[in-house]
Amino acid sequence: MSPVRILALIGLAILIALPAITPTYFLHLLIQILLWSFIYTAWALMGRFGFVSFGHGAFMGVGAYVPALLWSYYGLTPWIGIPLGVFLSALLAFVIGYPCFRLRVVGHYFALVTLALSQVVLLSLTAARDITGGSLGFTPKAAGHSWYALQFPEKSYFYGIALLLWLVGLYVWQRIDRGINREALEAISEDEDAAAALGINVLREKLRVTIISASLTALGGAIYGQYFMYLNPDTVSGIAVSLQIVFAVIAGGVYSLLGPTVGSLLTLSLTEALRVWFGTNFIGAANTIYGILLILCIIFMPQGIVGALKRVKLRREAPMAVPAE
Amino acid sequence: MDIYLLEAIINGLLLGGVLALLALGLNLIFGVIDVVWIAYADIVMCGMYVIYFLYAQYGVPLPLACLIAIAAMAAFGVMVHLLIIAPVLNSPPLNQLLATGGLLFFLQSFATLLFGTEFRNIGVRLPILEIATIYVSFARLIAFGLGLVGAVALYFFLKRTYIGTAIRAIAQDRDIVGLMGVDQRRIYLVTSAIGGALAGLAACLLAMQYDVHPFIGNTFGPVIFMICVLGGLGNMIGGFIASFIISQIIAIGGYYSNSELSYVLAFTLFIVLMFVRPRGLFAR
Repeated sequence: MSPVRILALIGLAILIALPAITPTYFLHLLIQILLWSFIYTAWALMGRFGFVSFGHGAFMGVGAYVPALLWSYYGLTPWIGIPLGVFLSALLAFVIGYPCFRLRVVGHYFALVTLALSQVVLLSLTAARDITGGSLGFTPKAAGHSWYALQFPEKSYFYGIALLLWLVGLYVWQRIDRGINREALEAISEDEDAAAALGINVLREKLRVTIISASLTALGGAIYGQYFMYLNPDTVSGIAVSLQIVFAVIAGGVYSLLGPTVGSLLTLSLTEALRVWFGTNFIGAANTIYGILLILCIIFMPQGIVGALKRVKLRREAPMAVPAE
Repeated sequence: MDIYLLEAIINGLLLGGVLALLALGLNLIFGVIDVVWIAYADIVMCGMYVIYFLYAQYGVPLPLACLIAIAAMAAFGVMVHLLIIAPVLNSPPLNQLLATGGLLFFLQSFATLLFGTEFRNIGVRLPILEIATIYVSFARLIAFGLGLVGAVALYFFLKRTYIGTAIRAIAQDRDIVGLMGVDQRRIYLVTSAIGGALAGLAACLLAMQYDVHPFIGNTFGPVIFMICVLGGLGNMIGGFIASFIISQIIAIGGYYSNSELSYVLAFTLFIVLMFVRPRGLFAR
């Protein structure tokens, strides 16, 4: 067994044992970190190949609202509602992705098209206030402890679900990283024409990774909704959420397996620490520092924190704590 | 024709004037420096706070307050360039986008920290004009007029002055211009200052119509990007025309349904148009 694998197993064992020993507050924080890590990892699936989407707020919003609305209005179990929401998100990704990739909408233009998509979902959710409650938010019908409704008042259940999701996210990332498609996608991100000349089906490769990324994001959104039992268009969709996703991943590092997780850990604990430190009198203090850090990160550490650490480690020729790219 | 519809169209036209001004600033910066300032609308927000504090808190006369705001935002533009853009000038476009995105985060939250989230109004009440039974806000009329004046002034500056010519040249070919003896860095600074000043001017015009709050940039920001892309990023005339198209869609859409749906319509149309004309409506 390689040292990396042993470390990973020890880490996993600690993570599984955590709910037994941590206070509820930290468990709540950990669940959030894991859920966002999952969504960030999903974004990084595309982001690492230079397909920068500002539309993940849209996918998350659809994934979160569809099961919640179906459950509250029709009593449809989230076990069907969540796949439905994920499917709708994948469809949305296809409807936007297909023409984008077909017509070579790339770079800035792709970012801005997906930005518009985020706003379309946000504003539609806000405009449908008779059903969704608009900006006031939406609280799904509570059912107590229920597997059928996928609602658990005890935090340890959701901790387990979030941990599982996060591992699934890492697994998918790893699969794509180790697969043949990665070479293809890297070729595409370097030069689409050259990739096509090599016989790579550019459209199919890009669509596939986009749909996987959107589906996972929607799944993350759905579990987020089930856990918090409160949805607000501004916290699960729109530009703000999309930017939050992009920035956290960039801060953590887009090119490494654990980069998005580090980004989530860092940003959420920073926000939380500053909130505790400054109290609610200084709302905005957290994000002010966050903003400055982002700018500094992008200027001085474009590879992200994990990327920067890795380079330091490589220079020292020490064994790497993170799997190689 | 329905009188209210006509009113909506006129209001849309007037809104288009201010949007056009902002689109001009953003396009100028993109065309010359090749960087998209995601935080552009938030610089407008800063300008609005400057006017609010000078005029409503310290009693500086409004025209003077406006001039100070324009100058301050011009200086701010230079600062943004020196501190944030210059270090990432040779980075991938994505990193540049994200650096200015970090600025957006910073400005919005810093404003929240300093001024709180309450809506503040500078308290200038301009009359509502009644022209042939159509009500038109005087503030919007002034905004439209000054917006056009600003656009024309910029046009002549770019066409008739040495620096203006250099700016246009650099937008066409940045390497050759350097060989012609133009100092690129100086041009970038001038462009950033003009971009900031245009944001300051827009702030003056918007402060008369809207309340200031830290997140007001989110109201205009996405729309301005949409306009610039529709007109073709960097294409100033295209952006100018696109502002009026988008403002009409928002105004007329708002008349037939509610304002959120009119924005949904505008954004959806934008997405579709991006597929039909990926390089902007007026690409050659």
